[in-house]
Amino acid sequence: MAEQKPKLALYWASSCGGCEISVLAVHEKILDVAAAFDIVFWPCAMDFKEEDVAAMDDGEVDVCLFNGAIRNDDNAHMAHLMRRKSKVLVAYGSCAMEGCIPGLANFTDREHMMNFIYHDSPSTDNPEGIEPQMRTTVPEGELTLPEFWNTVKTLDQVVPVDYYLPGCPPEAKWTLAAIEAILSGQLPPPGSVIGMDVTVCDECSRTRSEKHIKQFYRPYEIIPEPDICLLDQGLFCAGIATRAGCGALCPQVNMGCRGCYGPNEGVVDGGAKLISALASVVDGATPEEIDAVLETLPDPAGYFYRFSLPHSLLRRTHLVGSNGTRTVEKITATPQLDPKLKD
Amino acid sequence: MAHDYNEFNPAWEERTPVIIGLLCNWCSYRAADLAGTSRFGYPATLRDLRIMCTGRLDPTFVVKALREGADGVLVMGCHPGQCHYDAGNYKAMRRMALLRRTLVQLGVHPDRVQLAWASASQGTVFTEMVKNMTETIARLGPLNWQDTAFDESQHKEMEAIRG
Ligand code: FES
Repeated sequence: MAEQKPKLALYWASSCGGCEISVLAVHEKILDVAAAFDIVFWPCAMDFKEEDVAAMDDGEVDVCLFNGAIRNDDNAHMAHLMRRKSKVLVAYGSCAMEGCIPGLANFTDREHMMNFIYHDSPSTDNPEGIEPQMRTTVPEGELTLPEFWNTVKTLDQVVPVDYYLPGCPPEAKWTLAAIEAILSGQLPPPGSVIGMDVTVCDECSRTRSEKHIKQFYRPYEIIPEPDICLLDQGLFCAGIATRAGCGALCPQVNMGCRGCYGPNEGVVDGGAKLISALASVVDGATPEEIDAVLETLPDPAGYFYRFSLPHSLLRRTHLVGSNGTRTVEKITATPQLDPKLKD
Repeated sequence: MAHDYNEFNPAWEERTPVIIGLLCNWCSYRAADLAGTSRFGYPATLRDLRIMCTGRLDPTFVVKALREGADGVLVMGCHPGQCHYDAGNYKAMRRMALLRRTLVQLGVHPDRVQLAWASASQGTVFTEMVKNMTETIARLGPLNWQDTAFDESQHKEMEAIRG
């Protein structure tokens, strides 16, 4: 009997599709992948249906690269299905690993999202106020939609995950490294992130000096010097607390690291680590001076948890108070440190 | 069983406020010791942990405490200029300021996370701070992060479907 090729599946849940494209960024090596694997499921590129996977034996798929966050019943159903059918399940990309951009929905809730998208946004034209329903009866019968969740989850909050490939999207060399490791059987311990264990600063060629940030600038406000650390110039850069592996792509083109590779090895909450690293280089020795600098950094939670809110310790914004009503702990004014602390 | 804290907020039915104290070894932790040996009274809401310096304070500690059920976190260290490692408390001042701004966006009232200074001889400053913060937290009510924010109810329907 001819030797069977290992079976590979790829799936997208709540994602933008960039991860699917990134698989193709291995360029002509995709032919090696196609030669080495039997691709059994890849909705983006090949005509397979959910029922084809459901018909397989449990554990029949050798490797599943699963991208996308979990934000509705269908995503969760597919996560459970792929977990059951796959020997190795890889959370592929930032959405599956940490929640990523879809996870920013955790700053608000379903009700407010639906209101904005179907009623309030300036570009909405919906005079009849139509909203998506889970069940709709049409002459042909009943149509159903999966339930949309209040809170976006990561893949590993729904099913056990074997490996993680970070990035938005993952760089091709790490995708290949993962595939090669799987093919050769030289796998890292389960639960590992496939990548490096230093930060983006280690891959960045800009010159760093001791930092004293007196003011933060937004990217459109200044034209940065080409060879000097962006953070030294007051541009927010998440590279200080973000896992390396991308080759410092964004800083190379004058844009601060956004943090898509997620926290470095051993870090529990990437956002908290960013706060720790960034705040310590803010200039100022009194609460007033410190607040004046921080005032120039709007939306700190957006910067620190841009890719990782669902996977952070707090996971989402707390919107409902202990009495069941929406809290006004959704606070508008920014807190000032007590001036008494000045001593 | 009703607690004394009900007068501040009726939500304190089940329990009393829990505040995690992260105290610098060289000053506030000793101020707490002094408060104890001097038999100064203060509310039994603080669970204190010793850190070597407020500069050791990783914002992760604070976030984790809130996630695991604390209603507030009180960080106390040496007065500015008196840190035993030169400037750890200045770093703490900056980190706490940025952390509070971030927590606001996550729906945590900034008064739940506070920073204060007390030297080893300031037992009363320590007890006053605990009293003040306990009252603030009592008014804000319980946080119960995992019960209210994690919102697991959304999966009930799904689980019913899957069986
Ligand atoms: S030693 Fe007390 S704050 Fe640094």
